[in-house]
Amino acid sequence: MNDQQPTRPVDLSVTIGGIRMRNPVMVASGTFGYGPEYAELVDLDRLGAIVVKGICLNPTTGNPTPRTAEVASGLLNAIGLPGPGVDGFVRTYMPFLRRYQTPVIVNIWGKTIEEYAEVARRFDAVDGIAGLEVNVSCPNIKEGSALFGTDLDMFRRVLDAIRAATRLPMIPKLAPNVSDIAVFARAAEACGADAISLINSFPAMAVDIKTRRPKLANITGGLTGPAIRPIAVRLVWQAAKAVTIPVIGMGGISRLEDALEFFMVGADAVALGTVNFTDPSAAVTLVDELADYLRKGGHASPGEIVGTVQA
Amino acid sequence: MSMYQENATVLEHIAIQGGYNLLLMRAPRIAPAVRPGQFVHVLVPHLGESILRRPFSVFKADGDRLAILYKDVGKGTRTLTYLRHGETLSLVGPLGRGYPGLTEGRFPILVAGGYGMAALYLCARTLPVKGVAFFGGRAAADILCVREFEALGWRVEVTTEDGSLGRRGKVTDALDAYLSAEGAAIAPELFVCGPSGMLKAVAARALERQWPAWISVDNNMGCGVGACLTCVLKVHGEQPGDWSWARACREGPVFRAEEIVWEAV
Repeated sequence: MNDQQPTRPVDLSVTIGGIRMRNPVMVASGTFGYGPEYAELVDLDRLGAIVVKGICLNPTTGNPTPRTAEVASGLLNAIGLPGPGVDGFVRTYMPFLRRYQTPVIVNIWGKTIEEYAEVARRFDAVDGIAGLEVNVSCPNIKEGSALFGTDLDMFRRVLDAIRAATRLPMIPKLAPNVSDIAVFARAAEACGADAISLINSFPAMAVDIKTRRPKLANITGGLTGPAIRPIAVRLVWQAAKAVTIPVIGMGGISRLEDALEFFMVGADAVALGTVNFTDPSAAVTLVDELADYLRKGGHASPGEIVGTVQA
Repeated sequence: MSMYQENATVLEHIAIQGGYNLLLMRAPRIAPAVRPGQFVHVLVPHLGESILRRPFSVFKADGDRLAILYKDVGKGTRTLTYLRHGETLSLVGPLGRGYPGLTEGRFPILVAGGYGMAALYLCARTLPVKGVAFFGGRAAADILCVREFEALGWRVEVTTEDGSLGRRGKVTDALDAYLSAEGAAIAPELFVCGPSGMLKAVAARALERQWPAWISVDNNMGCGVGACLTCVLKVHGEQPGDWSWARACREGPVFRAEEIVWEAV
């Protein structure tokens, strides 16, 4: 009797919206800088993809401090998307990022539809950019951005404009605070999105009860971390059922068990966010643990567990 | 500059006095790489729903060992006090830009408020000239490790607000008295760490007299490596009136006094 099953080799590679990745474990925008910040701690060539911090047309300074507050099982932030602008990013960070094999996805945002399109157009001509994640859902920008994610007409218009401006894979990052995520997911697909990612941080607020003042200078912020994970799982489940394009799931993933929930509800890839601040090695650890899990389960690829939830 | 993520082992954990604790760990990758004024980002075990690391200045580093000196001031530090000999905890470090060496021909002066002296010990050990160290605190219990600084060859001047140890008053009172008596004869260079009010007061004196001063800021941090942009402070730009954000964890925690926009602190 031979009770040893032949080990099926596990192929972790996935293709998300035309972007070939060595594994389905990405790092989420805003939690990994532009790459160099973590390069001494993390082998960037072991990540599925790097999504860099949000970039708009011109340099921006972001919000005043305090910008973050630790809350129960989460982090509240209102950083306000400070950044070097398209040219500053390309000049400062692309020479570094091109040294790695890992696909670089740029998270883009704008204050107007025209600005979104212009940013997309500029990146279209830059060597080494694998795709664009469209940030229509930052809760911390006063002008535009959050509205683009929650007003269906604005959402469509911004995606149409970007689609016309670039051939790069377009990945809208959906806002969680909408009444029906499936409507936005379907609209994204109809506008030519190559994949969708969700969720962005959830609009939230915390108060210092001694001073009776908000804990953030911006008053409100976006909640991330384990606190929002069940919300994210539900939204990914609803969105994944609504579209045929790939889904990148994120929201409070720290470890294998968390990631598996997202795969099972229909995510084709996952992104790690806030956990990078706590455990820079979390993404690489997840890659190893995922391979081990699939091997032990007799799965040849992560795709075999995607959407397998019995619901 | 190299940084590492490693699990350190607790070798000793001692309550010193007044809520201050010394935590000595074995961290064979991080410890040898530490330079004066740098910090480690500590994942406090058993902190439950609090998810972020906590930054601590490296107090001492010898061979494969490093120590932090901290005060029990909140949930993170309270939980840290429960850590026992032999337990492990995750560190990321060494992080940040620490203190530079002494400028040629300058006379070093250390100014520390409370546990600010922890960030200055390695500086005191490595500076080629041993000068005067001013330690200030609310009471005697806030004055730490005077003998250890003296053993390195420093003259230590103690000030407490309640007069329970040394001179009564603020650390800047002792500093002012010393500098008005000796300041003309020496060319001071200041190495400073403490609460922000004290930093501001010392920086004002240095800027007025055009003495070089190196200030270690204690901002709230998230990631500690420059990604999250929580710990930013305003620094002057090239043109008068220009400013930009600098990350305390990357460009700092030590800044030249003239870099910082003090009106915003």
